[in-house]
Amino acid sequence: MSTTILLWSITASQLMLVAAMACAAYRILAGPRAQDRVLGVDALYVCGMLLILTFGIRNGSTIYFEAALVIALLGFVSTAALAKFLMRGEVIE
Amino acid sequence: MNGLEDLPAWAALLVAFLLLLGSGLTLLGTIGLVRFKSFYERVHAPTLGTTGGAGAILIASMVCFSVLQSRLVLHELLITAFVTVTTPVTLMLLARAAIYRDRTEKADSVASLVGDRGINDGEHTARG
Repeated sequence: MSTTILLWSITASQLMLVAAMACAAYRILAGPRAQDRVLGVDALYVCGMLLILTFGIRNGSTIYFEAALVIALLGFVSTAALAKFLMRGEVIE
Repeated sequence: MNGLEDLPAWAALLVAFLLLLGSGLTLLGTIGLVRFKSFYERVHAPTLGTTGGAGAILIASMVCFSVLQSRLVLHELLITAFVTVTTPVTLMLLARAAIYRDRTEKADSVASLVGDRGINDGEHTARG
């Protein structure tokens, strides 16, 4: 019984995370300026990382954790680099 | 499913609740990202997902694997630290870049007599 509830709630939370990724993708595509698009990318990678974590809980394996860790690290670096590009016009001076 | 049947009822219900809470908060944050009007309002919306949503889902993952493997699994604290520490930094960088771009644009469109360098060009105006 509780396993059924758990499986259904995992499915529901994955659907909600996919809807969140769709909202972030809308902001990337339709954002009026460049900083809106960068903000959409930031929200998109966080949602993708959480989606991979829920896949890990569903399959009961810890392999998914490493992928989520890599996404968390590279997402920070990419957002910082894009913000620096918007500020100065180049990333490495 | 493999392994989820071994989860006791209290852990399963706790994990289910935390998962729904976290994904709901994340969805709320991105809906704010779509609905707010200006960029400076939209900057605040994804922090809901990165703090509340990521925190709840990571705690759910920690509880699930700790109960399944009957030992303390704390890898997820790494992701928590990275996300929670880096999100304010990136959003502050982004907001500063947006303010800089808005200011230079306004300086270009409104006052071309200041020169094409934009704002903070005091000696240029004093000379001209």
